[in-house]
Amino acid sequence: MAILSKKDTNLILDPLADNNPITIQVLGICSALAITAELQASVVMAISVIFVMGVGNVVISLLRNVIPSKIRIIVQLVVVATLVIMVDQVLKAFAYELSKTLGAFIGLIITNCIIMGRFEAFALGNGPWRSFLDGIGNALGYGVILIMVGFFRELLGSGTLFGMPVLGDPIAKTGLYAIGYENNGFMIIPPAALIVVGIIIWVQRSRNKALIEEA
Amino acid sequence: MLEHLELFFKSIFIDNMVFAVFLGMCSYLAVSKKVATAVGLGAAVIFVLAVTVPLNWLLDQYLLQDGALAWLGPEYADYNLSFLSFILFIATIATMVQLVEIIVEKFSPSLYNSLGIFLPLIAVNCAILGGSLFMQAREIPTLGLALNYGISSGIGWFLAILAIAAIREKIRYSNVPAPLRGLGITFIITGLMGIGFQSFGGMLTGDNDPPEQTAPNTAEKIKEKEIEKGIEDEEKAVSYNDVINE
Repeated sequence: MAILSKKDTNLILDPLADNNPITIQVLGICSALAITAELQASVVMAISVIFVMGVGNVVISLLRNVIPSKIRIIVQLVVVATLVIMVDQVLKAFAYELSKTLGAFIGLIITNCIIMGRFEAFALGNGPWRSFLDGIGNALGYGVILIMVGFFRELLGSGTLFGMPVLGDPIAKTGLYAIGYENNGFMIIPPAALIVVGIIIWVQRSRNKALIEEA
Repeated sequence: MLEHLELFFKSIFIDNMVFAVFLGMCSYLAVSKKVATAVGLGAAVIFVLAVTVPLNWLLDQYLLQDGALAWLGPEYADYNLSFLSFILFIATIATMVQLVEIIVEKFSPSLYNSLGIFLPLIAVNCAILGGSLFMQAREIPTLGLALNYGISSGIGWFLAILAIAAIREKIRYSNVPAPLRGLGITFIITGLMGIGFQSFGGMLTGDNDPPEQTAPNTAEKIKEKEIEKGIEDEEKAVSYNDVINE
């Protein structure tokens, strides 16, 4: 990490835990939860968001002195939409099945509030390099939560990871299933994602009391 | 008429924007501390959805779809501009929101005062873009149905934010464990409400098994719909559930 100063390192590390976009800033939940029933979809979504945020933050930061402040929201939306179209086309070309699974949710990256939030709060006031780090850091913080939720939901709900059975075969009753373990079908339905995130927030705030909200 | 009613109830209860597909969660969590503000935002969402979904339907039908440009002449029939839909939809939404804001401010200052502050927020509300994208993915056949879809999914969102705001006002007096206070408990309550809404799943198909509505299944459903197009509604509903139960 010699090329990164201490301040720059913090730009990446802060959003991973104590300033996490999902659990602390409450941004970007919209497009996140619906696709976390499987780990693979979560990972692809996380990578897409990292790409869009990293590049988008740099572009906005480079344009920050040219954009008239009155129409900046439209400019930001156009930049994000262009990047998201690129991601969508790449997915359609190289991972067609997966892009069918993610469906409209790739498009919904456009209105992911983390992206607009970081553009407004950071990229409009900072240079390209720092904006890039900030974008990557926040997208990673988002990705970490997504992958955690995807991991638990797929493991407990289907007994698989990336579609590979890890707990044995539920029909042939091998592995854990031999001693009476059953998949929890509850984890597959959409509302389970909310409850898993709620529990992650609970664990995180129990460990770091400073994050507890005043009621 | 029947299909209008079916779509109406389906969009409000079964495919509820918040509980089934998690759209508009950001503003749902941020603006649900008081019932009065929640009502304002909910009304604005219904309004904007009712305007933008039919507009984007027209765009989709006459500009974006495969072969949609045929009305310009036979030499344009081969164009497929659907990759442009994201950027056109979001541009329409951003423009409409600005336009609606200006018009409302001019003609109804009192409505503007109650709705006004929420309107700019809405341009980046995922429920709005989501409405248009799902309208496209589900291939809603007519303009009337698109309008219906916009209004009813808006009402679904309105119901959701109204309910959570009321619960959050009450929960302030409860003794929630400190680390769960605020965001955590809101997430878990929303999850529980979502489970409740799952039970609406069998409402229109007459089936006792609620269809699971995870994102992959939505995609499967859409694929299935494409294949089954032209088959009677009832049969469609049956095969639909078979696919989901597998």
